[in-house]
Formats: sequence, structure tokens, C-alpha cells
Amino acid sequence: MTRPVLRLTGVCRRYHPERPAVLEGIDLELGQGEYVAILGESGVGKSTLLNLVAGLDRPDAGTIEIDGEPLHALDDDAATLLRRRRVGFVFQAFHLLPHLTVLDNVALPLHLLGEPRKSRERAAGDMLEAVGLAGFGPRFPRELSGGEMQRVAIARALVHGPGLLLADEPTGNLDPTIASRVLELLRERIVGQGASGVLITHSRAAAATAQRVMVLDGRSLRPLQIP
Amino acid sequence: MSATFAVSRTLLIGRLREQPFRLLATVLAIALGVALSTAVFLINQGALQEFDRAARQLVGDADIVLRGGDAGFDESLFVALATDPAVVAASPMLDLAAQPMDGEDSLPILGLDPLRAGQVQPLLLAGLGDGLLPLLQPDAVALSASAAEQLGLSEGGRLRLRAGSEVIELRVVKVLTEEAYPQPLALMDIASAQWRFDRIGRINRLDLRLRTGIEPERFLAALAARLPVGVTATGPGEEAGRAERVSRAYRVNLNLLAMVALLTGGFLVFSTQSLAVLRRRQSFALLRALGCRRGELKVALLAEGALLGVTGAALGVVLGQALAVMVLVRLGGDLGGGYFATLATRPDPQASSLLPFFLVGTALAMVGAWWPAREAARRAPALALKSGDAEIVLARMGGVRAGLVLAGVAVLLALLPAVGGLPLFGYLAVAALLFAGILLVPALTARVLAVCPVPRRATPAVALAQLRGSAGLSAISLAAIIVSFSLMAAMAIMVHSFRDSFERWLGDVLPADLHARVAATHDTAYWDEADQAAIARLPGVSHVEWRRLAGLRMDALREPVELIARPVGVDGPVTRLPLVAGTLEPTRGSEPVVWISEPVSDLYGWRVGELRELPLADGPWPVRVAGIWRDYGHPAGAIVVSLEDYRLRTGDLAVNQAAFWLEPGVEASEVETGLRGLFAEGAFLQVYRGDDLRQRSLAYFDRAFAVTYALEAVAVAIGLMGVSFALSAQALARRREFGVLRHLGMLRSQVLALLAFEGGIMGLLGAAYGLLLGFLISLVLVYVVNRQAFNWSIDLSLPVGQLLVVALGLVLAAVLTGALSGRRATSVTAVRAVRDDW
Repeated sequence: MTRPVLRLTGVCRRYHPERPAVLEGIDLELGQGEYVAILGESGVGKSTLLNLVAGLDRPDAGTIEIDGEPLHALDDDAATLLRRRRVGFVFQAFHLLPHLTVLDNVALPLHLLGEPRKSRERAAGDMLEAVGLAGFGPRFPRELSGGEMQRVAIARALVHGPGLLLADEPTGNLDPTIASRVLELLRERIVGQGASGVLITHSRAAAATAQRVMVLDGRSLRPLQIP
Repeated sequence: MSATFAVSRTLLIGRLREQPFRLLATVLAIALGVALSTAVFLINQGALQEFDRAARQLVGDADIVLRGGDAGFDESLFVALATDPAVVAASPMLDLAAQPMDGEDSLPILGLDPLRAGQVQPLLLAGLGDGLLPLLQPDAVALSASAAEQLGLSEGGRLRLRAGSEVIELRVVKVLTEEAYPQPLALMDIASAQWRFDRIGRINRLDLRLRTGIEPERFLAALAARLPVGVTATGPGEEAGRAERVSRAYRVNLNLLAMVALLTGGFLVFSTQSLAVLRRRQSFALLRALGCRRGELKVALLAEGALLGVTGAALGVVLGQALAVMVLVRLGGDLGGGYFATLATRPDPQASSLLPFFLVGTALAMVGAWWPAREAARRAPALALKSGDAEIVLARMGGVRAGLVLAGVAVLLALLPAVGGLPLFGYLAVAALLFAGILLVPALTARVLAVCPVPRRATPAVALAQLRGSAGLSAISLAAIIVSFSLMAAMAIMVHSFRDSFERWLGDVLPADLHARVAATHDTAYWDEADQAAIARLPGVSHVEWRRLAGLRMDALREPVELIARPVGVDGPVTRLPLVAGTLEPTRGSEPVVWISEPVSDLYGWRVGELRELPLADGPWPVRVAGIWRDYGHPAGAIVVSLEDYRLRTGDLAVNQAAFWLEPGVEASEVETGLRGLFAEGAFLQVYRGDDLRQRSLAYFDRAFAVTYALEAVAVAIGLMGVSFALSAQALARRREFGVLRHLGMLRSQVLALLAFEGGIMGLLGAAYGLLLGFLISLVLVYVVNRQAFNWSIDLSLPVGQLLVVALGLVLAAVLTGALSGRRATSVTAVRAVRDDW
């Protein structure tokens, strides 16, 4: 196996000393091109896990590596720069910037990486075409439906070719028909670009679109046992 | 009603819990605006009441007061009127000012017949008490308590005064109680005063009490024909209102500044309330969805505004009273203006006079809440629940047409004349311009931002996109700072223009190396021919310019016009006359010519070329107006006439002032020493070097405008507070947006830079609008308000450096505010909020 894109070893996170840990001894390894779903009920620590993987929080114990870089040991700026280059995000509530056009929203990660205007607009246009939104570039987010907005979000998450994509309940705000199309698109784009993906969800149907499903029960992360 | 109450309670408590400090700051902003207005009002009111009380005590029960100019009038008029059947009591007086040898300011002296005066001023007899009979002695004087304190004298002490070019000594027989006369004043027997001040047979004031049933107005009308030239008669109400008239324009300006602070506070409340409502529009939509009726929501929001207004206004009124006391202790009742510097003023707050300030503060807060309340109630809940709705609501403000109409109205108002000597239409023009500017801000902001080139770097590019997308919100946020900054800029331009014109004028009217005068007053002190000859022989002096000053009473309701007899010419070392119309060398006709100051032209309607009459004591003097000159030294007006013509006409050869041009290499101090050495009491002559006098005059000018600068600074601080509130409110509202940017790899420092950039752009826009609007308003202030209020012209002069520094300060403050407002919004907790959606 090649070097893992994401590796968590014995990760613990406790918010209050007198209370039980939210996460304890979490291990996870994600290889290149692998797409894993993490399934869990509300309150079991899915957000905490995502914050840690994104470098927005630090574990109390254990290590987190992205492409071999020790994320847990980086300061805020270094973690942010790593996130900028290597990570893409898709959120439940889309979170497109309301005052940027669709094209500018998609091109934003490239803009942050210092890509020249022409090449980032070309890449963003290509990515919009890839998610089925060719010609939507000049529009503003408020002019789109929920499904369209999430497709724009997926385009934005992948436009700069990140090695790791983190999708946080990406279909939580969509109806089942649109949701299944978005999940299909997400999987297609991740696999198509050779990226790795982590899908956080509480929906078994959504989790089923991933190659591998893990269950988070608060203390541990284990593979889903299919009866 | 109970549902409305419940909604109000829920909204306010929710807001209080969410942002207690911002709510507190809103209350403080209202309080500050109300406090400033209240304080200025109380100080003005206190000073005027004190002055009026003093004036009333001097007038007593008199129904009619006759006044003459400096030369006064023959006392035969007193005899004639005292025997008039309509007159029950007549009190002749000599109302003078004399220079104490131990003081710099002149001392008002009232020469009166104590027994007759008692008939029209019963309080006088009570005040004099056992000092009545001693006062009849020829060297006796009674002092008011404040005069005694200023001069350091008590009963039995000696008061030395300059009379002519000599010194007289009077014995203090009585110090009156503080209640009797609050102002510095000396009382003498009229006969002693006439003798001592060389006015035998003449008086300059006559107070009359009319028989019961005689109407003063009718008597005044009949009396007019019997009055000699230069003597005017007024009723007691007009006499007591003099203080208000003298300082009205100055006080109107101060009140205007206080209103600026209140208005800025009002706009701040408006923007804070509007933003607070817009930010909570989704909550209101939810409330509506849950069954809250439109009316209930609107009333609840109005009640919220009213509660903030009532709290802020009440606090402001209390603060205002404290501020008034503090300012009076430090600056005096005229706030450094020099009008009633000698009066001890104390604020006299009455609930009825403070109520308007309380109500205006409350009303402003409610108006601030009214528009957003109406919009929140009118908006369909389904639409309000969508994000991006705020800008759609704001776009409906659509003020371009109204703004242009108001700007046109402002131009028309600026062309209208003064009302009762006050530039009311000028002030309305300023207000119209201000509101026009505010209404045009959203459209202008949108246009300016649209043409801004998109920066290459991501951070400023995102900031610009944000600003473009929220031009309406930005305009609301900018309202308070635009109001305060434009008014500050306008006042700064006006004051700078005034100071610049004043400085050039000083150079014109004080060109000599040395200036000397016998005393601060010209009533009683002068140099006779022998003195003049001795002075002219002083070594080191190449030229002396003499001046004779005399007060001319040309209107009963106005202060006397100063008649200045002096050499006038275009050649040689003479004081220049800064002409604004006419010429220095007119084609001479048979009658002498005069040059009138702008106030004489404005107040009395005199024009160049007209034949007019000067009301001299011995009859009218026909003169032709040769020119109009700019004069900042005599607000009531001044008329210059050639000294030669004056002497020919009056035979008066005395002078009060002299300007010296020195021979090359001669030190001014040598001439000064020589001048003082000519007189036994020469040490008390008032002698100033030309440069010193100009500096002293400028220092006095700056002191008079110190309060203006302070009030401007407060207004700008309130405006900045508005920008700060708006930026921090928007930063908090955009927490998730920043969270997304952080997820996408934007550094925290970049997010702060983004907010600083936005703050900077807003500050830049605010400063640019403020400067532009301020310049336009300053044109109205310089050419309309100033001219109509003070009756003198000033040249427009821009304090470019000062304005740029303040503008830069504003932009920097906005940058700093922007960055600081982002600290909370970019905290880790806030970043995580991006995923707190479930």
C-alpha cells in the first residue's frame, strides 16, 4: 500500500477534565483514491472528528497525518496552509459566499493559492461543467436551488485538486432524489480525480455510496458489521 | 395588547442577552447627543438669564429708557421729560466705562441721582442702605460685590481711574451685596460723575416711569419726535433682551453644533436600529410564521426603540446638567466667546426647559426604529426567511430622486434672506444638503464600488465583492460617520476661512510697529492736544497715526456703531482699510465722505454713493458713503471718517489711540519706555507691539472657537462609534462566512485583513463623502450663514492639511475597528460554527 493520505493514530479529545472523552483511541487510515463513510448518530463526536482532521482543533493525545505531514503538531497558520493545498470541504448548508458569483465561489480556493485569474476561471468553468452546471458561472448563489448550490460546493471542494475531500452531511438539506444525485456526483468526482474522501453522515443510505463504511460510537471507530 | 407586550419583551430581552454591550453603547450614543445639546442650552440659558437679571436690575421699574451715544445729550431733555404729565418719575444717568489703574478691563460706571433713581429702581435704595448719603460726596463711589472682588477693594479703599489723560481717585463708601448687582459695576452720584469725567451738563441715559394707564408704546411713538439726534428710546423688555441680541448669532452657532451632536447620535441610533432589525429579520419572520401579527411586531420594535430612547435621553439630560456645571467652571458662561466673561453664571435647569431635549432624544430613537420596524412588519415571512433578503429590502430605500430634489431645495433655501437677523434658511439649507447627501449615499456607493478594479489578491477581492454585494448595509453603516464628518469638515472649513480672513485683516488694520491706547474704553480716557504733541516728539518715531473713537447710537435696539476718525489715504504709512466696495479716493463733493463696515451696510442698509447722516450729539452730520470695508472688530458696525473732517466738524481734538511707525533700527521697547515716561501714570497705558497684538487677537479667536473644536471632535467620535457598531455587527453576522473561508484555507490574519480592508474602504468612502458634502455645506456656512449671522464676509479657504489628517485618522480608525471587530468572529468557536447547523 502507498503512503496513506490520512492517518489517525490513537486520537483522543476531551473538552472537560471531569467529563468523559468525546473521542478516545481513534485509529483510521485512508489510502489514495479511497472513499470512506463515517456513520454515527447525533452527538457521538462526528463534528469533533472532522474538526481534528481539518486541523481546526488539536487532539489531547494521538497523531494525525495528512500526506505524511503531522497535522497535530502544526501551528494554526501551517495547518491552514496545509488545508488550503490538500483539503476540500463540502458542508451540509452549502456555505457559498453570497456576494461572489458561482464562478468566483468555485475559483476561490485557486485564488487563495495565488492562481492567475485566467487559469483559475478556466479551471472553475471546467469544474462547473463537470458537475453539470455549465453556464451557471455569472449567477449568484441566491439564484440557485439547493441541489445546484451543493453541486457548486462540490466543484469548489475539488477545483484545486486536493488529495483529501471532507464531506460533512452533504445531503442533509436536500430531498432524497436530489440527495442521491449529489452523492453519486461526489463519489464520481472523488474517484475520477484520484482523491481520497471522508463522508460524515448519519444516513446509512448515504454511507452506502462509499467504498468502506466505519461507525463512530463515541469511543471508537470500527467497520460497519453488515448482518 | 398583552401579545404585543410579550413580543416586545421577548425581542428586547433577546437582544439584551445577545449583545448587551452594543445595546449599552446605543443608549450611550443617544445620551451623549442629548447631553451635549442639554449642556450647551443650559450654559446659554444660564448666561442669558444672569445677564438679563443684571440688565433688569439696572432698568428697575422703568417703562422707557433713553440712551445717547458717547457724547450723550443735554440734561435739559431730562428737565423737559421730568415735567411731562405722563411721567411719574425720571432718573437721569451717566452710563460710562472707565479704566481702573489696577486692572486691564474697563469698569462700567453708573452716575445717578440716588434719590431719583430710587423711584424707578427701588432695589437700588435697598442695596445702598446706609451708603446712600455718603455716596452724595464728590469723591464717593459704591462698588458691586464682583467689582470689589476683581479690584481687590473693600469699603474705605481707594479706586483710581483714568479720566482724560489724568488719574482720579475715588473713595469706596459701600460694597453692595451680591444680590443687588451681579455684574462688576461702580455707582457714583451723577453730579460727581459729570464733574470728574468732564461731562458737565450732559447725561447719556434717562429712565422714565410712566403714570399708571399710560401705554409705553404710545408714549414712545409720541416721544420719537422730541428726541435729539443720536438719542434712542426703548421699552424695558427690549432693554433686557440686549444680551440675547448681542450674542445671538454666536449662540445660534453653538446650539447648531449641539444639534449636530444630537443629529449624529440620531443617525447612529438609526443605523444601529436598522442593522439590528435587518440582522434579526429571520427571527421576526419566524415570529410572524408562529402567529405574531404585523401590527404587534411593528409596535414591539417601536417600543424597543422608545425604551432605548427614553433610557438614553434621561441619562443624557442628567449628564448634560453635570457637563454644564463642569464647562461653566472651566470656560465661563460664554464658552470662551468673550461676551459675558465677567458674569458668574450657574445653570438653572427647569424640568419644562429640559423636556424638549428628552423628547427629541426619545423621538430620534423611535424614528431610527420606525423605518426598519415598518419594513420588518411589511416583509412577507417566507421572503424574509431567505438569506440575501436584507439587500433587497435596502434597495427599496431608493433615495436618488429624493436626494436630488432635496439638493435643489437646499440651493433655493441658500438664496433666501435672513429672518430677524438669523440665517434660518441657511440652516435649513445645511440640513437639506445633509439629508440629500445621505439619501444619495447608497447609489453613489454602489457606483463607486462597481468601478473599483478587482484586486489580484484573494483577500481584498473577497472584501470588495462583499462590499459590492452589501452596498445598502454599508450606506446605513456610513450614515452616522458621514453626518458627523461632513459637518466637522464644514465647520473646520468655515472656521479656517474665518481665521485666515481674520489674520489677513489683522495685517491690514494693525500694520504699525507699536499700538497704544489710553485705556480699554474710550468713554472717559483720551489724550489732549498737549499730550499728542509730546507723544509726536518721541525719539525714534517716524510717524504717528491718531485715532478718535466715539459711539454713535443709530438704532434703539442695537449696540452703538463705532465712529473711527483717523487718517485715510493710499500713500504713506497709514493703516490700510480693507475695502470690499467703493474706493479710498472718491471724487469729493461738498460733503465729507465715510467708509462703512459691512455690518453697517447690512444692518442699516447704507450703500456706496448714498448721502447719509451721522447722529452726532450736536446735530446730524451729512456724509457720503465712499466705500464698504471688512471689519471683524466691531460686530455692531463701524464708520471710518477722516480725522481732519471729524475735527473740522466737531472741534474735538482729543484722541484715544495711536499707532507708531518706528525709524529703522529703533526698538519698540525704547519707544514704549519713552511713551510711558511722558505721563505720571504712564505705567498703566495699554501699549502693544504690532506682532504681539496680532498674536493676542489670534489667541482670542482660537479661544472663542475652542468649544467648536471640542464639539466637532465629540460628533466625529459618535460617528466613528457608528462605524464600529456597524462593522462589528456585520462581522458577527458573517461569522459562518469567515468560518467557510478559514475552512478553505484563509489564514486568520487574512480574515482580519479582509475585515480591515472592508473597514478601510468604508472609512475611505465615509471620509470622501464627508469631505465632499462638508465642502458643499461649508459654502452655505461661509457665504450664507456666516454673512447673515455676523454681517461680515469671509473668504473661502480650505484647511487641506487638517482635513486630510482627520480623514486619514478616520480611515485608520475604520481599519482598526474592522480588524478588531473580526477578532471574535474569527475565533475557533466561530469557525466551528460553520458546521453547527444541526
